[in-house]
Amino acid sequence: MNDPILSLTDVRRSFGEVEVLHGISLELRAGEVHALIGENGAGKSTAMKILCGYLSATSGVVSFKGQAHPFKDANEAEAKGVVMIHQEFNLADMLSVEENIFLGRELRRGILLDKKAMQAKTRVLLDQLNCSAPATARIDTLSNSDKQMVEIAKALSRHAKVLVMDEPTAVLTKTETAVLFEQVEALRAEGAAILFTSHKLDEVRQIADRVTIMRDGDVVHQGPTADMSEDQMAEAMVGRDVSQLYPPKGSVPQDADVVLKVKNLTVPGYSTDISFDLHAGEILGVSGMIGSGRTETMEGLCGLRRATATQVQINGVDVRITAPKQALGYGLCYLTEDRKGRGLLLDKSMRENLTLQALDTFGSILIDRAAEEAALATATKDFDIRASHKDVKVGNMSGGNQQKLLVAKTMLSAPQIVIIDEPTRGIDIGTKQQIYEFIRGLANSGKSVIVISSEMQEIIGLTDRVIVMRAGRIAGMLSGHDIAEEPIVRLAMGMAAQTELKTKEPV
Amino acid sequence: MAATDTATTPQRVARKFDLMVWGPVLALAALIVVGALMNPNFLGYANITNVLARSAFIGIIAVGMTFVIASGGLDLSVGSMAAFVAGLMILVMNAALPTLGVGIPVILLGMLTAIVAGVIAGFINGVLITKLGIEAFIVTLGSMGIYRSLVTWLADGGTLSLDFSLRTLYRPVYYDGILGIAWPIIVFAVVAIIGEIAMRRSRFGRYCAAIGSNNEVARYSSVSVDRVRMATYVILGLLVGLATIMYVPRLGSASASTGVLWELEAIAAVIIGGTVLKGGFGRVWGTVIGVIILSLIGNILNLTDAVSPYLNGAIQGVIIILAVILQRDKKTRT
Ligand SMILES: Nc1ncnc2c1ncn2[C@@H]1O[C@H](COP(=O)(O)OP(=O)(O)OP(=O)(O)O)[C@@H](O)[C@H]1O
Ligand SMILES: [Mg+2]
Repeated sequence: MNDPILSLTDVRRSFGEVEVLHGISLELRAGEVHALIGENGAGKSTAMKILCGYLSATSGVVSFKGQAHPFKDANEAEAKGVVMIHQEFNLADMLSVEENIFLGRELRRGILLDKKAMQAKTRVLLDQLNCSAPATARIDTLSNSDKQMVEIAKALSRHAKVLVMDEPTAVLTKTETAVLFEQVEALRAEGAAILFTSHKLDEVRQIADRVTIMRDGDVVHQGPTADMSEDQMAEAMVGRDVSQLYPPKGSVPQDADVVLKVKNLTVPGYSTDISFDLHAGEILGVSGMIGSGRTETMEGLCGLRRATATQVQINGVDVRITAPKQALGYGLCYLTEDRKGRGLLLDKSMRENLTLQALDTFGSILIDRAAEEAALATATKDFDIRASHKDVKVGNMSGGNQQKLLVAKTMLSAPQIVIIDEPTRGIDIGTKQQIYEFIRGLANSGKSVIVISSEMQEIIGLTDRVIVMRAGRIAGMLSGHDIAEEPIVRLAMGMAAQTELKTKEPV
Repeated sequence: MAATDTATTPQRVARKFDLMVWGPVLALAALIVVGALMNPNFLGYANITNVLARSAFIGIIAVGMTFVIASGGLDLSVGSMAAFVAGLMILVMNAALPTLGVGIPVILLGMLTAIVAGVIAGFINGVLITKLGIEAFIVTLGSMGIYRSLVTWLADGGTLSLDFSLRTLYRPVYYDGILGIAWPIIVFAVVAIIGEIAMRRSRFGRYCAAIGSNNEVARYSSVSVDRVRMATYVILGLLVGLATIMYVPRLGSASASTGVLWELEAIAAVIIGGTVLKGGFGRVWGTVIGVIILSLIGNILNLTDAVSPYLNGAIQGVIIILAVILQRDKKTRT
C-alpha cells in the first residue's frame, strides 16, 4: 500500500467549549476513493474542513505528503492541489458560471481578461459533466443540481491531487450522480485521492474503495468497502438495526374524505393543468425529474408563486390562495427543499427559527419566551435535533440537524395538509427512518401529506399513491402495488407505464 | 450524547464580555466622564435637559429607523420629510387661525396635520418599495429631494413662520414638561420604551429581524413580508410627524434648511447602537445611546475649547466608522 498523501492523526476540534471531534485519524491515498459516513452531526464536515485548511484542529496533526501542518489556510491548500466542495453551495450568486469557475484565477490576455478562453474552457468542463447550463448564466438563475455541477466543474478545473466532496450527490439525480462518478473514476485513474461523504449508502458501496464510519465525533470503523454490506454500514453508523427503513403503509379507505381538490392548476412557465385529489390519511407522492415543475406547482398552490386554477377546494370549501399566510389559515403548509435559502435563518438561533411560522400561537400581544423555550425543548427531543448548544446559530449546525429543525418548524403550525419537498435531503439513514415514521404517523392520525421526492426508493417505500410529473404536466398516477421503479421512470420519461394507468381522478 | 448537550450546556458563548453589546455603553460612559472633567456645568440640570431635548427629534426618528434598517430597508428622506411636514403644519395652522382663533384647537389641528402628513409620506415610500419593488435607497433618495424642494417652494425660498400669537401658545410643548422633565424628553423616552419592547418582545420586531436576515425565508414561513416592511415605513413616517410636533414650537418656523442631515444622523445613531446596516438584527436601546452619544460630542465641543466645534462632524465620523468595525469583527470571528 502506498503512503498516504493527506492524513489526520488524532485530531480533536472544539467549538467554544464543546468538543465535536474526539481524536480521529484518517488517511487518504493516491488512486483511492475514500468514503466518510456517519450520522448527522457526527463531525464529517468538520473533519473535511480541517483536512482542507478551512478549519484548524484544536489538537492533533494534519499532514500532507509527510509534512505536518501543511496549510495555513484553504487558499494555500488549494494552491497545493487540495480542493474541497462544500456541503452548502459556495458560489457567488450574482456572478456568471464562468466567472465563478475562474474566480481568483482569471485568464488574461495582456492586462485584460480573456473572456473567450474562459468561456470556452467552462463549456468543455460543463460538457464533461453533461451539464447544459450556459457559461454566461448567472448562478442565481440555476437549479440546485446545475449549481452543484458548477461546483464540481470548478473543482475539476483546479486539477486536484486531493478532491474532498461533502455530500456532492445530495442534490443530484441518479443520472447526474452517474455522470459525477464517471469523473471521479477518471480522477482516481489519474492518481488523485478522493474523499466524499454521502448518506446514500448504495453510492458508497458502488464507488468507494475504503470507508470510514464516524459516530458522535469518533471513528468507529475503518476498512475496505467490499467487506461490508449497506445494512452493516447503517448499523455501524447509527448503532442500531435500520434495515426496516419504511414503516408499513396504511390503508386509505376508498371513501376517505377528500381534503384537498385541485383542478387545472397552472403555474405560468412551470406547469399546466394539474388536477388531483388528496384524501384524509393519505401520503401522496410527487415524482418526476428535476425541472418537471413539481416544486413550482406546489409553491403555486400555496400562494408562493402566481398561479391560476379553475378550482381549489379544501375540506369541501372553495378557496383562493394568493399568499402563504392564507394557505396556513386553511391548514395547508409547504416545506421547502431549499433549507438554506428559503427554509432557515442561518444567522439566528434554533428558537427563533422554530417558532417563526407559528409565532401567532406564542403569546397574545408579546411573544411568550417561556413557551418558545418549551417548544424548542419538545422539538429537540421529538425530532432528535442535535446541536453543540442551544444558542448555536443555525448556520453552524450540521446539515441534517438543520433539516430536522425545518421539519419541526413546519409541524409547529399544526398543518392539516403538509407538502414536504425532499423530506430527507442530506439526512442520515437513522434519522430518515425517524422522519418516515413521523410522516406515516401524521397520515395515520388523519392528516394528509404530499411528498415531493427525487429519491425513487423513498417514493416507493413511503407513499400510498404517486403522481408522476413530466414537463409541467401530470404524466400519470400510480397507486398500491403499481408503485414501482419501472412504471415511474417510464412515465417520467414520457412513455406509457406498462401497468394500467389511472390518469384521471374520479371527479 | 449530543442531544443532551442541547439541554444542559448553558449559553456560555453569549455570557462572555461582548464589545459589540457593551461598546456603545462604554463609549457613552467615556464621553460623560470626559465632559464632566472638562466643564463642571456639563452634568448640570440645564445642560443635560438641553442635550436630551435637542436630541429628542433625531431620537424619535431614529427609533423608527431602527425597525426600517433591521428589516433590511433604509430611509434617506426623513430629514426633508420633517422639514416638509413642519412647513405644512405651519401653513395649516396659520390658515386656520382666522376661523378657529387662538386656542388649543388650532394646535391640535396642526398636530393632526403633522401625523397624517407623516403617515402618508411613509406610506408612499412603503408602497414604492414593497409593491413596486424599487430599492429603498433609490426611492427615498428621490423622496428626499422631492420633500426638500417642496418645503423650499412652500416657503418661497425663505422661511415659513408660525403666527406670533400661536407661537406663545405652542412654545410650552417644547420648553415645559412635568416634574422638571421637558416634554420632548418624555415623548422620546416613551417612544424608545415602546420601541424597545416592540423590537424584543413583539411579533412585529421578530418579523422585522427575520425579513432583514432573509426575506425569502420569512416569505416561505408565511410572514406577510410586504405588510411588515410597509409598516416599518409608515411607523417611521408617523414618528417623523411626532418629532416635527415637538420641533416646531422650538423655533416656530420651517425653511429649506430645517432638518438637514437628520437622516444621516438618525442612521448613524442606529448603526452606532449596534443594529446591522444590512438588516437582520435591531437594537432600540442601542439606538438611543447612539443618539445621545452623537449629541454629546457636539455638546462637549461647544462647552470646552480644547477642540474646535468645527471638528464635530469629524469626531462623529470616526465614531461611526469605529462602530461598524466592531460589528464586522464580530461577523468574521468564528
Ligand atoms: N461553527 C460551529 N460552531 C459551533 N458548532 C459547530 C460549528 N460547526 C459545526 N458545529 C457542530 O459540530 C458538530 C459536527 O458538525 P458537522 O457539520 O461536522 O456534522 P456532519 O457529520 O457533517 O453532519 P451532516 O451529515 O448533518 O452534514 C455538530 O454538532 C455541529 O452542530
Ligand atoms: Mg456535513
